[in-house]
Amino acid sequence: MSGPTRRVALKVVGATLGAGAFAYAGRPVAQWAASVDIDDLLRRHYKELTADELAQILHRIEDDTQKKYGVEVRVEDIPAQDGVSFGYALNLSLCIGCRKCAEACHHENNHDRSTNNSYIRVLEMQQGSFDMEHGRVDYDHAVPAPGKYYMPVQCHQCDNAPCVKVCPVEATWKERDGIVVVDYSWCIGCRYCEAACPYHARRFNWRAPEISADEINPDQGYLSNRIRPQGVVEKCTFCLHRTRKGLLPACLEACPTGARVFGNLLDPASPIRYVLEHKRVYVLKEELGTRPRFFYFFDK
Amino acid sequence: MSCHSLREAAPLPTSTAALDEFHQGLQFAHGELTCASCHLAGPTPSLRRADGERVDLRDAMVLCRQCHGPQARDYDHGAHGGMTGSWDLSTGGRMRNHCVDCHDPHAPRFQPSWPVLPPRDRGITAAAPRRN
Repeated sequence: MSGPTRRVALKVVGATLGAGAFAYAGRPVAQWAASVDIDDLLRRHYKELTADELAQILHRIEDDTQKKYGVEVRVEDIPAQDGVSFGYALNLSLCIGCRKCAEACHHENNHDRSTNNSYIRVLEMQQGSFDMEHGRVDYDHAVPAPGKYYMPVQCHQCDNAPCVKVCPVEATWKERDGIVVVDYSWCIGCRYCEAACPYHARRFNWRAPEISADEINPDQGYLSNRIRPQGVVEKCTFCLHRTRKGLLPACLEACPTGARVFGNLLDPASPIRYVLEHKRVYVLKEELGTRPRFFYFFDK
Repeated sequence: MSCHSLREAAPLPTSTAALDEFHQGLQFAHGELTCASCHLAGPTPSLRRADGERVDLRDAMVLCRQCHGPQARDYDHGAHGGMTGSWDLSTGGRMRNHCVDCHDPHAPRFQPSWPVLPPRDRGITAAAPRRN
């Protein structure tokens, strides 16, 4: 009476098929797990990291970049300087809409080459209008065009930043020198911040940026221009990997008309203070109460 | 030795149309100025201040600021003219543009140019719906 029966045989076949189906259905999870570093998944928030933990993370990012992009880079975490509070102003009387600032940002911040991504959008505006929503970014003719003026828009590093408030995981915050940063390793890609920003200043990485090895800027900051992973949000950081070392932002250096003025708001002798104290200055969408650190001004 | 040392200096013409040997075809669009407003005839090329004093070519900014006071004032405060280098002058220097790095002194207005890096990200092309 003992020995294999039809009933047992069916059970074995069923169990085998079931296990196979389960494994097949679980394949995406296995693949996903292979691409996620367990250390990344279990680490603590940026603000709670010890110096050792942070150093390990920076080292791991350098290794990953070497593997994925075939280039040796240096990723630093540069803290905010004491006694420094950044401000930026742009002279609308001078801007000619050449987009050299956007191009400099594109290269400095290791943006995806195929999309021409940049943290700066230059709006072509009708003279006499201040409505940002009617500005055009896809103008394709010699500039400056008659009857137009040009308004580059990038992150305003608001002191009352809507993007920071809506983040459900505290992956974005304001640093003490005024710069709003994103921890790309903490961001879950929900894009709430992108929707909350009234200046359209945030970008989403639909894909991991594609850049050839010889075009990658190897001087990188953890909170700024290191190459972003897929599925996270990014934004202008006033080039903090440069400016926290005392250098000017890349977009300012590229401006052929000298329309951009950058500096320390706490230094009364700084060019930015001169502009704020002596020029006709306005902020974009002031009525929203975002309190930007980015100002527009006119010569006359 | 220079061109101007080999021959008698003639009075400077008042318009570029009168140039028949040198600087022909020079486009001039700088207000009501004439050659002699800024150039001093003499053995070495040099500039002429409004009071007749000689100014070296390299010191052209002295000349420009006689008329362009507001721009000179802003320049002195770091708010006019492009630059590269450091914002924090305690950590490094900065390289500032001279007037004539950006402005052709004979036609100072910026000429129209073609913009670079056309945006190609989604949601901002003409056909896409406006995001508000």
